[in-house]
Amino acid sequence: MIGLGHFLTLSAILFGCGVATILTKRNAIGILMGVELILNAANVNLVAFNRFSWAGEAVAHGAAPAVDGLMFAMFIIVLAAAEAAIALAIFLNFYNHFSTIDIERARMLSG
Amino acid sequence: MTRWCIAAILALHIVSFFTRVVRVLLAQQPPTLDPVAPWLFYLFAGVAVLGALGVVFSQQIVRMAVFLLFTLGSVAMLYFFLAAEFLAAIQLIVYVGGTLILIIFGVMLTSKNPFIRLTVPVPQRIMGWGIGVILTALMIFIGVVELANKLPLSSPTGDVEPYGVADLGRNLLGKYALPFELAGVLLLVVMIGAAYIAKGRHTDLKSEDSR
Repeated sequence: MIGLGHFLTLSAILFGCGVATILTKRNAIGILMGVELILNAANVNLVAFNRFSWAGEAVAHGAAPAVDGLMFAMFIIVLAAAEAAIALAIFLNFYNHFSTIDIERARMLSG
Repeated sequence: MTRWCIAAILALHIVSFFTRVVRVLLAQQPPTLDPVAPWLFYLFAGVAVLGALGVVFSQQIVRMAVFLLFTLGSVAMLYFFLAAEFLAAIQLIVYVGGTLILIIFGVMLTSKNPFIRLTVPVPQRIMGWGIGVILTALMIFIGVVELANKLPLSSPTGDVEPYGVADLGRNLLGKYALPFELAGVLLLVVMIGAAYIAKGRHTDLKSEDSR
């Protein structure tokens, strides 16, 4: 049967792929994709924990099921969209100045 | 000789680790998703993992975007298994329909040739993959082998009512009202900031000249 461990394994693999993507890409947009993968892994964890901490007794007595994990996941999705928009604006500006998207050329930005 | 011994010991450890993980997963403790067919989970999880691996190993940015599309779509399908139907719809609309399109726009606007290859040196690449594998193994070990069966989990048996949108809305305007408002302010700031940053210097100078 499918339990919590399966979802934790999936999210761990997605997280590892995201970290490896961030570490091995020179294209700035590729790094952004790695960040999206990591945020998605966190979301899978949150939703899975929410589902498996279902307070069955309380729900049977009329209480609404707890949805805190889903709320956290929704806010993470909002933050991911905002972060992607800002990062792409910065990359566009960077491309206008350097005519490349290679982050090796971004050493000047460190001041 | 020593090198081969170390490699053999490492391989032995890796094999024993994976057999242990598979054993734990196959003997999953009672709170399980009863109504879900296991092969359906394995299908979507497999597509998600293959997409993520494609993102890691592909060198062309457009292919990476397509692999990311597969991963995000399968994760949305997995949310259906977890009774989070509204979140699955949000994932499809915002991630696949919004963020991914934004990323593809970024690819189009920032490269003269979308199939351009920017590669990192091989040692750095191997180090990055190694760090990813080590972190994955660590998280699986802590989360699945050590922790998952010791948590006070509970899950209803049989068919499950999905989480209602009404509950989410009540929480959004009650318990989570402040983060909700902050998210609204954040989106406004991001919209203005992104428009300002992406405008660039040239238009700035021109408008000052015309004055």
